[in-house]
Amino acid sequence: MSDVIVIGGGPAGLAGAIACASSGLNVTIVDEFIKPGGRLLGQLHQEPSGEWWNGIKESERLHQEARKLSVDIRCGVSVYNLEKENHLWNVYTNSGTLTAPFVLVATGAAEYPIPLPGWTLPGVMSIGAAQVMTNVHRVQVGKKGIIIGANILAFAILNELQLAGITVDRIVLPERNQISQKAGEPEEVMKSLLNAAHLAPSPLLRFGSRFMRRDWIRKIGLNFYPKNGVKVNGTPLQLRKAAIEIIGKDHVEGVRIADIDANGTIIAGSETIYEADFVCIAGGLYPLAELTAVAGCPFQYIPELGGHVPHHSETMETPLEGLFVAGNITGIESGKIAMAQGTTAGLSIAKHVGKGAGTIDEQLQQAVKNVRTVRQHAAIQFNPEINSGRSKMNQLWDDLYANNNREDSPKKIV
Amino acid sequence: MTRIIDHPILGKLADREIITFQFDGNTYEAYENETIAAALLANGIRKLRVHEGSGTPRGIYCNIGHCMECRVTVNDQANVRACLTVVNKNMIVESGKQHPNIFKRMVEQR
Ligand SMILES: Cc1cc2nc3c(=O)[nH]c(=O)nc-3n(C[C@H](O)[C@H](O)[C@H](O)COP(=O)(O)OP(=O)(O)OC[C@H]3O[C@@H](n4cnc5c(N)ncnc54)[C@H](O)[C@@H]3O)c2cc1C
Ligand code: FES
Repeated sequence: MSDVIVIGGGPAGLAGAIACASSGLNVTIVDEFIKPGGRLLGQLHQEPSGEWWNGIKESERLHQEARKLSVDIRCGVSVYNLEKENHLWNVYTNSGTLTAPFVLVATGAAEYPIPLPGWTLPGVMSIGAAQVMTNVHRVQVGKKGIIIGANILAFAILNELQLAGITVDRIVLPERNQISQKAGEPEEVMKSLLNAAHLAPSPLLRFGSRFMRRDWIRKIGLNFYPKNGVKVNGTPLQLRKAAIEIIGKDHVEGVRIADIDANGTIIAGSETIYEADFVCIAGGLYPLAELTAVAGCPFQYIPELGGHVPHHSETMETPLEGLFVAGNITGIESGKIAMAQGTTAGLSIAKHVGKGAGTIDEQLQQAVKNVRTVRQHAAIQFNPEINSGRSKMNQLWDDLYANNNREDSPKKIV
Repeated sequence: MTRIIDHPILGKLADREIITFQFDGNTYEAYENETIAAALLANGIRKLRVHEGSGTPRGIYCNIGHCMECRVTVNDQANVRACLTVVNKNMIVESGKQHPNIFKRMVEQR
């Protein structure tokens, strides 16, 4: 029996396993993908320093390090249930049940879909699907595509598609409705893009960000927003156009697109069909946390973290004894932060087991500090209010679980 | 669809063993250790199944195991995710088919 089972071999899970194994624990990682690395595998962007963040290389480095420490890594294994029995965790997988006193859940994130007519046609995929097909599998997703949804992940992957010789014809917004919400309102999209202006994909946005912080200037900016969009790396970003329908018989043949006003309302009679052989839907990311939910972990909705997240402390423990979390399951952030959180979770587990005599507290403190430092210097930030989201969870943890000797505070769930 | 052989940052695609497998009775080539979904797309095939009820075409959506849109039958095992399953030599892959809907037919025949 292993001491620790890590569910998910992305940056958080791998780093967590490495920290556990370095402290002398027996660790098994299970992951349903064909190789370890998680979503880190597809990542490829240039840091402000000019250096490339090459996810495949980073994944290989983590994988090698884990293997050197004799971590048992099992790929192609899906976990579908997690349950406590006699002080041990049962991890139910498609190839049998594993048991251990400690479990680290590092299942990462999933993409919000934005359904629209025609979105089930072959050739329509999430933006992340295109990233994986391009950078991990090295197969072109098409010749000429259209991206629906303008957010930071869409821009990162636009660049990756272009590097691989794939043409992206344009980026448009989804039609404004109850599902797309703010992603369909040009003003809101503009606001969120300006917040990420330090990594703005276009000089205009970078320039604009200095002037357009004020609402009224932004409104004027949008009203005069060029009809054909602003070029991002050669691809027009069309904040005043929305996708109405994806057209095709057996696969994608084009997208019906209409002009919209600054609020996202469709301008009648402005529809045009643009040809494309693939479409990417960029709806943003949310924490993939179902397994902690079935295990019985309490949740909190924190929009700055991407949605519903399991209660957890800064040292990555949950209220359930022996259950730890790390990475995007705790909030949407970039790969380096997931890695730092994984290390923290691993050390935290080691501390619970009683390993690392003398130095473990300091190591753990250092690791928590490191998460904050990495966050400060992150080149990609999915939510500008991330710090406030993290504070909310820390506060909640303090209120509910930290002060166990207070009469009115609920006990830790065992 | 084309394979991305040369990449300005990721470099040249490593040489890999080529194997053959079957999809809906036709033989296709694949690289060893790649997913069924990637191998089929590299052969220009996007349509992995039709909707069980309506018969409308479906392909991959998320490509990482979350959405179940890519389910195919592999060596007689139904509902296997093509985006998570490595294609093997001589593997028999069948697309998902439309299921008979007896109630609908009864209504149509009235
Ligand atoms: C499609 C997509 C694209 C992204 N692109 C970028 C990007 O370009 N740049 C960036 O900075 N960030 C990106 N992110 C954010 C990304 O989540 C983080 O950068 C980082 O990879 C999170 O690390 P993690 O270890 O928490 O999760 P992940 O890297 O997602 O790893 C989680 C692992 O858990 C496995 N898993 C999940 N559920 C199960 C289960 N039930 N059973 C078994 N295994 C399971 C998965 O197969 C996966 O390997 C992307 C996220 C997604 C979803
Ligand atoms: S494409 Fe989503 S599960 Fe395979």
